Amino acid sequence: MSMPLTGITMPKWGLTMTEGKVVQWLRPAGAAFAPGDELLEIETSKITNVLEAEASGTLLRVVAPEGSTLPIGGLLAVIGPADAPVAEVEKFVAGFVLPEPADATSEAAAAPAPSVVEVGGSRLRYLEIGSGDGAPVLLLHGFGADLNGWMFNQPALAEGRRVLALDLPGHGGSSREVGAGDGAVLSQAVEGFLAALDPGPVHLVGHSMGGAIAVLLAARRPDLVRTLTLIAPAGLGPEINAAFIDGFVRASRRKDAVEVLQMLVHDPAMVSRTMVEDVLRFKRLDGVTAALDTVARAWFAGGRQTLDLTAAVAGLALPVQVIWGRDDRIIPVAHADAVAPAVPVHVLEAAGHLPHMEKSGEVNRLIRRFIDL
Amino acid sequence: MTVKTIRQALHEALEQEMRRDPRVVVIGEDVAGGAGTGGGVDAAGGVLGVTKGLIKEFGAARVIDTPITESAIMGAAAGAAMTGLRPVAELMFSDFLGVCFDQIFNQAAKFRYMFGGKARTPLVIRTMIGAGRSAAAQHSQSPYGIFTSVPGLKVVVPSNAYDAKGLLIQAIRDDDPVIFCEHKLMYDLKTEVPDEAYVIPFGEANVVRDGDDVTVVALARMVHYAAEAAETLAAEGIECEIIDPRTTSPLDEDTILESVERTGRLVVVDEATPRCSMATDIAALVADRAFQFLKAPVRRVTAPHTPVPFAPSLEKLYIPDPDRIAAAVRAVYGYGR
Repeated sequence: MSMPLTGITMPKWGLTMTEGKVVQWLRPAGAAFAPGDELLEIETSKITNVLEAEASGTLLRVVAPEGSTLPIGGLLAVIGPADAPVAEVEKFVAGFVLPEPADATSEAAAAPAPSVVEVGGSRLRYLEIGSGDGAPVLLLHGFGADLNGWMFNQPALAEGRRVLALDLPGHGGSSREVGAGDGAVLSQAVEGFLAALDPGPVHLVGHSMGGAIAVLLAARRPDLVRTLTLIAPAGLGPEINAAFIDGFVRASRRKDAVEVLQMLVHDPAMVSRTMVEDVLRFKRLDGVTAALDTVARAWFAGGRQTLDLTAAVAGLALPVQVIWGRDDRIIPVAHADAVAPAVPVHVLEAAGHLPHMEKSGEVNRLIRRFIDL
Repeated sequence: MTVKTIRQALHEALEQEMRRDPRVVVIGEDVAGGAGTGGGVDAAGGVLGVTKGLIKEFGAARVIDTPITESAIMGAAAGAAMTGLRPVAELMFSDFLGVCFDQIFNQAAKFRYMFGGKARTPLVIRTMIGAGRSAAAQHSQSPYGIFTSVPGLKVVVPSNAYDAKGLLIQAIRDDDPVIFCEHKLMYDLKTEVPDEAYVIPFGEANVVRDGDDVTVVALARMVHYAAEAAETLAAEGIECEIIDPRTTSPLDEDTILESVERTGRLVVVDEATPRCSMATDIAALVADRAFQFLKAPVRRVTAPHTPVPFAPSLEKLYIPDPDRIAAAVRAVYGYGR
């Protein structure tokens, strides 16, 4: 019995995505592909991203042509063994049933929605996806970001395990109170969050400032942490792009926001109008600029990183891996040299400061492989 | 985040700012609805209910019902603004600006200038604009162009609930007189609006839709008609970039000019009459500053230069609609091809 036919369907990236547009097929119909091969480019109202193959197979039939818009779960293509009979493919396409996209109520019921937990008098927002026997994962975003930044990673990591993405204090839907806004305050908030939800020891994945927070937490409470994946982490050297930090805190208009957000990525086209609008909408809320300013001054006073965690990382007894984008313009990739030779460092080409978005498939594979060890 | 109507968004903005700042007061006809009279406390809340409920929380000293006398409302509000309060005055229909234009045009708008920059006038005037309800020629106009022509006034023309809340809060926190125009057919229009307070800066247009073929600048209700037309046109292969200036004074000239620089084609959609209007103003801006990028004449889709008709059939013809917008876009897109 040969392997059965399956469909590639429109993925759901982020809380608000309801449909996606096929920009371009990167493999022609009939082509064979291996895991990680880029299959097609999909554009949502917020972002354009590449959908990569999960397993190997052959692209038997492209169902959704370039330029077409499909709801989440809509059939993009049929994949399977190269020798699958045409009649079987026809049958699969004809028999494909779109999962009810339908009315707002069923969609709301199906789509995971963020929750809020009270920790030490502050509200922390988080999004939980997945369940199963696998050890849970906790995702910690960087400065100015929020849990939506993990939109390409959280669903992919959530197979067979619980994956939590947290909004740090002062960020996303969490309280605006940040106290001193420094590493101690923010890592204590994460510790409080873990105490409140009690998921057991987690695989910590931290990006940028979130990476530094992950190190602080793992150093203080190694009992709460199984492994550490640090993506372009802060704390491994003094350099930081001060123009980005200042610009991000200050930007209140689209033009300024576009300029600073483009510093984050290798390909500036990734910064869409709605992505910029989302950042501005967050920054317009009362209290946000003050919170970000406090955090920025605590972490990056005088345009330098104030926290040196190289000794803390060296002292960790748990498994650590580092992922960095070659073209990171926020924190230089050279900081990866600060970790011990035993720590695996993966430098991704054609990626900036957001490799988990820019090269999501690769980062997801690196994380899965690492935490499944 | 919840979905709210423009009415709810405006109410929330007033409520949150009144809680935040005791100097914020509301004044106008029926803003509470007969408080102190036979009408009963909180019987109305403005003609369309935006201020309903405020008097219960903030009392009659901060939610001030007035007689039908626009000149007194605006005069009192302008004076109060200059002497330390932050009034939000209601001019029920913008068509009534004639009776209080001195207070707005020659007093509030001039205070900062006449007192050598020492006077501040943190005054907001909320007022209804727009045709489409068969309210006839004296209750259907959109005179934001007249307000915009007055130096010293800021003018806001929101098209959705998210913008309405953020712009009204910005208007209340602003130290200059702001005319805040609400389209009478749009109060029930819904979109996602944060529960928290937030401000949208003045002079920052919203790009409603990206497109490289034709720039369409539209205001208030016309933003939605332009979006409808753009859907139709996209199916024909014409991509419109829709720009909603959100404030006509200050006007985000850069966003309009940068878009025209790319598309080379401009259609301006304005529900107001065409002479000395926003449509004309924006067309002139582009003719003056982006002439070298234009590939086709600028087209304006506006009301005709007549009073707003009462007869529903005529009123329907009077207001620009998606078909007229689409036709204008096709014309400039096809020009010279």
